[in-house]
Amino acid sequence: MREAAGPRQPVTAGRAFRMVPDITRRAFTVWFRDAKVWATFYKASLIGDLGEPLLYLVAMGWGLGKLVGTVDGVPFIEFLAPGLVCSTAMYAATFECTFGAFTRMTRQKTYDAILASPLSLDEIVAGEVLWGGTKGFFSGGAMILVMALFGFAGSPLALLGLPLAFLIGLLFACLSMIVTAKAPSYDFFSYYFTLGIAPMFLFSGVFFPIQTLPQWGRTLAWFLPLTHGVNVSRAIFTGTVDLVTAADLAWLLVFSAGAFLVSVRAIRKRLVM
Amino acid sequence: MTDIVLSASDLTKRYGSFTAVDGISFDVREGECFGFLGPNGAGKTTTMRMITNHVPVTEGSLTVLGMEVMANAREVKSRIGVVPQDNNLDTDLRVLENLLVYSRYHAIDRKTALERAGELLGFFQLGEHAQSPIDRLSGGMQRRLLIVRGLINEPELLILDEPTTGLDPQARHVIWQKLRALKSQGVTLVLSTHYMEEAERLCDRLVILDHGRILVEGSPKELIEKHAGSDVVEIRLEEGESAGDCMKVLDGQVPDKTVAECSADTLYLYAPDGGKILDQIPIDSGRTVLRRRATLEDVFLRLTGRELRE
Repeated sequence: MREAAGPRQPVTAGRAFRMVPDITRRAFTVWFRDAKVWATFYKASLIGDLGEPLLYLVAMGWGLGKLVGTVDGVPFIEFLAPGLVCSTAMYAATFECTFGAFTRMTRQKTYDAILASPLSLDEIVAGEVLWGGTKGFFSGGAMILVMALFGFAGSPLALLGLPLAFLIGLLFACLSMIVTAKAPSYDFFSYYFTLGIAPMFLFSGVFFPIQTLPQWGRTLAWFLPLTHGVNVSRAIFTGTVDLVTAADLAWLLVFSAGAFLVSVRAIRKRLVM
Repeated sequence: MTDIVLSASDLTKRYGSFTAVDGISFDVREGECFGFLGPNGAGKTTTMRMITNHVPVTEGSLTVLGMEVMANAREVKSRIGVVPQDNNLDTDLRVLENLLVYSRYHAIDRKTALERAGELLGFFQLGEHAQSPIDRLSGGMQRRLLIVRGLINEPELLILDEPTTGLDPQARHVIWQKLRALKSQGVTLVLSTHYMEEAERLCDRLVILDHGRILVEGSPKELIEKHAGSDVVEIRLEEGESAGDCMKVLDGQVPDKTVAECSADTLYLYAPDGGKILDQIPIDSGRTVLRRRATLEDVFLRLTGRELRE
C-alpha cells in the first residue's frame, strides 16, 4: 500500500547510528505479532511463568514461614509474596527477550523479514521490549491474583502492582535485549542467568530484608534493579507508599530508559553492517 | 514508458578492508525484468540487500522510485516487495496469519489484507493451504508464499534474491511462469540468480557481476552473440593430448573469429559456424565431439572463468 503523501523523512532516518531511536507507533505491530503467537500457547506459557514462583510461595512461605515466623511485623508468606510478584515479572520478561528474541533474531530470521517492511530496527526492539513488559504484566498479574486468593492483596492499592509488573517486565526486557545482542549462541544465556538473574533473585530483598545484609551488601543491592522493584511492590501491598517509594520508582524508570537506549544501539551494532 | 525505477551509480559496499560491491552503476526501467548474474560471492546478495535497505550503502548513490534509499527507507520499503534468499517466513504463524501479520507491518487494513491475501494465494496455487503451518509446506510452496508476502503491499518493484535456488524443476517452472505473469501485469522485477536458464528465460536485461564489479551488461541475446558467438564445439581431449595437439588435428581450418579455450580435458571452440569445424574432424577418429548453440552459460564461464567458487 502506498503511504499517504506526507512530509519526507529527514535525511538521517535509517542511518545506522542515529542518537535518537527511530520509533513510530508501527512498533505496536511487532508487539501484536508476538501477542498473536503467544495467544496460541498462552496456557503453557502462563503455567511456566507462574508455576515456579507459586512453588516458592508455598514451600518457602508455608514451610520456611513456620520457622521464621514474622518479618518486619508480617507473617513470612505475606512478606515473600510481593517480592515474588516482581521476580515472576522479571523471569517472564527475561525468558521472552533472551531465548525468545534470540530465536527470532537468528534462527527464524523474523527481524530480517520485518526489516523488509517499512518498520525500522529500532521499532522492532521497541515492539519486543513492549511485549517483554506485557509478559511481565501477565505473569506478575497472575501472581497478584494468587495473592488475592490467599487474602494478601485486599487493598485496592494492590492494583498498582499491575503497572509495576509491566515496568519491571519492560526493564528486564531491555536488559535482556542487550544480552541477546551480544550473545553468540544460546549457551551465552546461562552465564546471564547464573551470574545476573539468579543473584538478583536472591539478593534483592525477595526472601529477606536487605537491611540484614552488611553495609557493603546493601550498597551492592542498591545497584540491582530488582531491589527497587521489590521495595515498591512491598510498599504497595503493605500500604506504606511514601517518598522513598517514589525514589525507587524513579530509579526504575531512569534505569529502564537507559537500558532501552543501550539495547537499541546494541541490536543495531549486531544487525546493521 | 521508460521511467527509471531503480538507479545505482558508483554503488560501493565495503566491510572493513573487504570490498563486496565495487562501484557498480546500472539503471532498471519500469516494467522490465532485470537480472544480476554472478558466481557465489560476486556481490549479488549484497547489492540486493542495499536496495532493500537491509545493508547500509558505503559509497555512491542508490535511488529507488526516485528516492535515495537510505534517506527514505520507510517510503522506499512501503513501495517495493522483497523476496529474500533465505526463507524467513514466520514459522510461529500459519500461512494466512503470516500474510495478515505482514500486512500490519505495512499498515494495510485487515479487510484489504484479507482480500489481497486470498487473491494472491489463489494466483500462486496456495489457496488450499491458507490454514497450514509453515513447516507443512514444501520448499516450492514456501518460496511461492515468500513471493506472495512480497506482493501483499502491491509493490511497484519486486526484488527477488535467487528465487528458485534449491527447488526441483517443476517448482522452478511454476515460479518462472508466475513471474512472467507478474511482469505482464506491469510489475518491475529485479532478480539475482546463478541459474543461466533462469536469467535467459526471464530477464530482458542483465548484468554479470564478479568480484563486486559489473563485467558486462545487455540482453541475454546480445551478450551471447557478443561474447560467445552462435555455436560452441566441445572436443574432449584424448589422454595425454594437449590443446595444441588437438588444434593441429583441425589443421588451422577453423572459421574466422573462432575463439578457443581449454579447460581440463575439454577444448571449447566458440565459432560463428560450428559445422565447418566438425568437417575437419575425421568421422572415424572416435573423438567425443559436441556441437551446440551458445548459451548464457558460455558467456558466464568465459567472463568469470572456470575455477570453483566455494
